[in-house]
This record gives sequence, structure tokens and C-alpha cells, in this order.
Amino acid sequence: MENVKVLADDNAEQNGGGSSGPGGKGAKVEGRIEEVLSRHPGAGRDALIPILQEVQEAEGHLSRESVIKVARHLALPPSKVYGVATFYNQFRFQARGTYNVQVCRGTACHVKGSAAVLDAIKRILKVEPGETTRDGMFSLEVVACIGACGLAPVIAVNGEFHAGVAPEKVAAILNSYKRRTAA
Amino acid sequence: MQITVNDKTLEAKPGEMLLAALRRGGVHVPTLCAMEGLLPTGACRMCVVEVEGTRGLVPSCAFPVRDGMKVQTHSQRAVRARKTIVELLLANHPDDCLYCSRNNNCELQNLAGELGVRQRRYQGGRTPARLDMSSPSVVRDPDKCILCGKCVRVCEEIQSVSAIDFVGRGSKTHVAPAFNVGLNVSSCVDCGQCILACPTGALTERSHFKDVFDAIRDPKKLVVVQHAPAVSVTIGELFGARPGVDVAGVLNAALRRLGFDHVFDTSFAADLTIMEEAHELVQRVKNGGVLPLITSCCPAWVDFAEQEFPDLLPHLSSCKSPQQMLGAVLKSHFAKRSGVRPEDVFVVSIMPCTAKKFEANLPERRHDGLADVDAVLTTRELARIIKMRGLDLRDMDAEGPDTPFGERSSAGKLFGASGGVLEAAIRTAHFLVTGAEMDAVKVREIRGLQGLKEARVKLGSLEIGVAAVSGLANARRLMVEVRAGRSDLAVIEVMACPGGCVNGGGQPIGADLDAVRARMKALYDIDRDSAQRTSHTNVLVQRLYDEDLGHPGSEEAHHLLHTHYHPRDAEV
Repeated sequence: MENVKVLADDNAEQNGGGSSGPGGKGAKVEGRIEEVLSRHPGAGRDALIPILQEVQEAEGHLSRESVIKVARHLALPPSKVYGVATFYNQFRFQARGTYNVQVCRGTACHVKGSAAVLDAIKRILKVEPGETTRDGMFSLEVVACIGACGLAPVIAVNGEFHAGVAPEKVAAILNSYKRRTAA
Repeated sequence: MQITVNDKTLEAKPGEMLLAALRRGGVHVPTLCAMEGLLPTGACRMCVVEVEGTRGLVPSCAFPVRDGMKVQTHSQRAVRARKTIVELLLANHPDDCLYCSRNNNCELQNLAGELGVRQRRYQGGRTPARLDMSSPSVVRDPDKCILCGKCVRVCEEIQSVSAIDFVGRGSKTHVAPAFNVGLNVSSCVDCGQCILACPTGALTERSHFKDVFDAIRDPKKLVVVQHAPAVSVTIGELFGARPGVDVAGVLNAALRRLGFDHVFDTSFAADLTIMEEAHELVQRVKNGGVLPLITSCCPAWVDFAEQEFPDLLPHLSSCKSPQQMLGAVLKSHFAKRSGVRPEDVFVVSIMPCTAKKFEANLPERRHDGLADVDAVLTTRELARIIKMRGLDLRDMDAEGPDTPFGERSSAGKLFGASGGVLEAAIRTAHFLVTGAEMDAVKVREIRGLQGLKEARVKLGSLEIGVAAVSGLANARRLMVEVRAGRSDLAVIEVMACPGGCVNGGGQPIGADLDAVRARMKALYDIDRDSAQRTSHTNVLVQRLYDEDLGHPGSEEAHHLLHTHYHPRDAEV
């Protein structure tokens, strides 16, 4: 049963990720990038970061195709655009998973052991921050502080906060989301 | 303007950076990221010095001189800072110098020695990196990268290719093509200038050692070697000679001792190229063909043109490069004459170039189902093999190359310098148009190291504009003009590497501009002292036409010596 699920999600990812049917979403995303670029006619390299931000807003992440399109629009080499984009934490290069896991690495959470929590999540999901699991279920993101220091160490899954997370509790939390999808 | 350095007075020029004044004054300050002719980045901090009146150490590469400034270049503080920098770089560097192709020729290793680093002071996790073996010509080993940025700069500023850039931030920073793809699907054109820029072994050529040794050991194979015009004036440097010494004679001897069955000179094929290319030029001029004709000897340029200027491909000469032409002749008419099956001829080229490895691999550069060239060794690789076999060029007597493809004119030899192909083509085009030789065959305006050289030359009553351009950023600028309709040029020679093949990506590492100039001058001297200075007077080329090829532009010539191009879309 689980294998079948994985295969289905792999297909969805190739078509641009997310939960919509095959084909449809890819075409729509393309139109949105063109729309973003059309808002910046004749832009120079100083417009690079605002454009990347708008593309990410429209698309959810920066795909290879969109980076190349932005590069062409600004007459910059794709290597340069990719270099700038990877310099900043705010840009991601894989579509978000069904569940986006944010791990707070702010000062209070750090003191309360958030590094071990992050390690546990990386180990269980087998992804690095900024990446998405192959089945498209979870994406992992490190954030500086989500303003819940009293609950440290804290993680948020699609905006739902989990307080006082110990590394050994991580598996149970993630499993509860897996079960939700299966149900 | 005067400055005081280590208590001695030095002359400085207003507006220049301190490092320039120090170098001119003979004060050695180490650098890792400084590049001749480019703006400083101040990235590596190796060149830090103490300047009286400033608080911290300053990077001399990016610190302008001031009248009367007092500088200490080797104070305890400055030297300790440099040593710490090297120790920090080594903390994330593999300790495998013994196995590194840059062993004994590594700037990081030299600095560690100079500064007396004798132990690994900083212990810590190393950033893991993946070897990129995807390219047919350049191998990237990011493990050995110290992030000086010189490869990124040469790729962007000199070549305008920008195949690689810094990716990520902080301790995760690395140099890679966009999306961390392999070099083979990037916009890389295989020129190898990044290898020359790299201070460590992070960038090296893809080695063809094994193919060559296997062929030499195989009794069925007739192993034939050709060496390019620019190799004989540089390989001596790897055996202790000063730049600009021509060692063609001992090079022939060494190649024979290595076990090659025949030793030929690619300059012969350069003469052959000129016969075809000058014929093509005259045809195009007479028949209103596509002009300017643009040369196609340089595979990195051809790759660049296919990628960046697909609309200009009809301008490119359909001639294969000399290495491919000679390979094609060797595996057809030469094989027949030698009584060997063409597939048993194994052609090795010694090239100043990494892109030649890429070119030899191309499906369009084959004939009758056979690759024209089977293996390509750079100048550096050949020197390594010679040493590996216990040979030393200094102990050998000069020998001539083998006939028939050892005979060359000095015009063919000029191919090794930017402007040389053009000069050789002008000499022969003049003869083809007027039926007479030029009064003075030297075309001074297209010689030397400048990136763009232009001239007007007279072929009898016909006057044409010509240009020689080297460095792909310079080529890009000129091609943009051609695309926009510039029409005063009949021929353009393009070489990807600044100065041409004498400064190719396969040449000895560590040459400065003076060394490149000396290498060029060696070729000009050979031409000056030569009795035979035009390709069309090469009797063995003539004989090849008479006996096998017919005439320039014939059907057989097209079959073996010409090729075609197609637009190529680099993924990133």
C-alpha cells in the first residue's frame, strides 16, 4: 500500500509538485512566472532579488526553469542567479511538502536543545533543511525565531505549534501527520 | 610619489594599489586570489600588511598607495596572520598532496612551506564534496577548493562563459555550475583557463594516460603522435627552461623514446587547414558568400559559438581543426599506404588545450565510422609521462619528425599564437588571389597579446579588413558587432584563450603575461628565421593533394577535412 502511495506522489512531483492533477499545475506555474517578469520590463541586475521573491511567491519555490527564465530576462548567467539565490536563506529550490516542518533555531530554542531536535528530524525524514522528502509528504525548514520562546524548543508543522519537543518525541509527531494523510 | 616599505624607500604611482608598488619594488608578498590585469577582490587576505596609522592589517592588493605611507610587509603580526589563514584553509583541505596532480606545483602547499606550517593546528569536520568527472576535459574536485574565486572570475570576466559561480553561503559555500549540475551540461566550453587560474588541484584536466599506454602496449596498433605548434615552445618550461625556448627537436626524440611509431607535427595539418580555409575565403569573397569568414580551429570557440551565436554559425569555416584533419588523413590515406587497417591506427595528439579532448570526442568529428583522434594529452600530461619514463628533455639530442607529415611551413607554426592563423591565411590568400607572394609576409598589426587586433590588408587590388580576437569576452563583443551588421571585415580569427594556444588551458601552470609574450616571440622568431613561410609552398602538402585529395575544396577534402556545426543549448 505504501509503495503505491510513493509512486503516485513521485509523479505529482515531476509535474510541478503539490496535490493538483498531472499536467495542469505546471502550465499554470509557467504563466505566473511570465506574469512576474512582465511586471519588470527592461529590468537590470539590481531587480534580481525582488524578482526572485515574487517568483517564489507565485510558484512556492524556485524551480530550475524559473531560475533560467529570470536569468534570461535580466541577461545574467544562470550560474550567477543561482549563486545569489542560494546565498539567501529565504529561497527554496524544491516544492514544499504536504506538511512543512519548521524547526526554530532561535536563541531560546537553541539553549533548550533544538539542534538535537533538528538532527532527529533530518535523520527520520532523510532530508536537509530546504529539501522535501521524495514522497512529497514533508519539507524541512530552519527558521530563526517563531516568537514562541516560552514553548522552547518548538517546531511548527503547517503552522501548528508543538511545544517542548524532545528528540525522541519527533517520530510520533511526524507519524501523526502521516496518519492524517492516510485517513 | 614615495612610500617607505620595511624602512626602505620605494617609488609608487599615484592611484595604484600598494601590492603593485611592492611587486615592482621586488618586495614579495604572497597572494592567492590576485589576478594580473583584473580588479582586486581582497578575498584571500594573504597579502595583508601593516600600514602605520591604520588600526588593523590591510590587504595590500586593495589598498591604494598614499604619499609617505610607512608599510611593514613582514612584521610578526602580518606573518602570523598569513600563517593562520593558511592553517585555516588546510583545516578543510585533504592531506593527500602525495597523490595530487599539483604536488610540487601548488600555491597552497608552497605557502604552507614558506610560512613554516608543520602541523594541523585546527581540527574539525571537513565539508564533504563530490568529484565532478562529467566533463570530457575538465575535472573538478571541490574538496581541494580554497574558494579564492579565480576560476569564477576567469570564466566570467575573461571568457564571459560563467559556467561556474559561488553557491551557498558561509561554511557551505562552494563553487559549482547552477543547480550543482555537472560541468558537461553547463555552459562550460572546456577551454581550461580555470585550470591555469586554480592555485590548488581543485581543477585539472581529464587524463587520457591509460588509453595512450594501452595503445602503445598493443602490438596490433600503429600508434601515431602529432604535436601542436604551441607545445614545443612551452614544454621546456616543465624541464627547467625559461619561457620561450623552442624544443621541437628533443620533443620529437622524447616521443620516439616513449614508444610512438610515428612522430608528426600538427603544423603540417595547419598548412593543410590554410589551404582549405584560404580556398574557402577566396571562394566566399568571389562568389558573394557569407562574410566575414570566422576561423574554426579553436574548439572552445566553436563550442561557444554553437551555444551563444547560433545565428552566426554560417560564418564559421567548415574546416575541421588541424588536429582532426591530420587524424582523418592518418586513418585513411596514410593507413592505406602503410598497409594497416584504418581501425588499427591509433592517433594521439599532444595539445596545449583541454578543449581538444572535448573536440576529439564529438560525433561530428569522425569519418567513415572512426574517430579522427583517439586520445589527447595536454602539454602538462606529456611532461608528466616523459618524467614518469625516466626521461629528461635536457639530456636528449634533437631529432626531426617523421615524413611525410613532419614537414611544415613557419606559417603553420604561427597557429600557436593569436593572429597566427589569420597571418598564415593572408599569406596564402594573397597568393591565390594575385598569383604572387607578398613583398613582406609579416603582418605586424595582428601580432602580440592585445585581445583584439585589426588590420586592413591588400591582396593585389583587393583590400580586406581582418581581425584576430582572443579571450571569449573579447570575441563576444566582436560577434555582437558582426550580428549588428558590421561589414568591413572579411576574416576573423578567434582563439578562446587570451594570446592564443601559447596560453592554452593545457599549458604549464603559473605563466605570467611576460612568459606568454616570450612564448609568442619564440613562434615569431621561428617564422623570422624560416626559409619556408607560406603554407601553399609546403611541398608535402602539395603532394598530399596531388596523390590523394585532389585539390582544396574537392569532394575527398570535404569528406575528410570539413565538418558542420549545429546550435547547442547548454542546460544552464
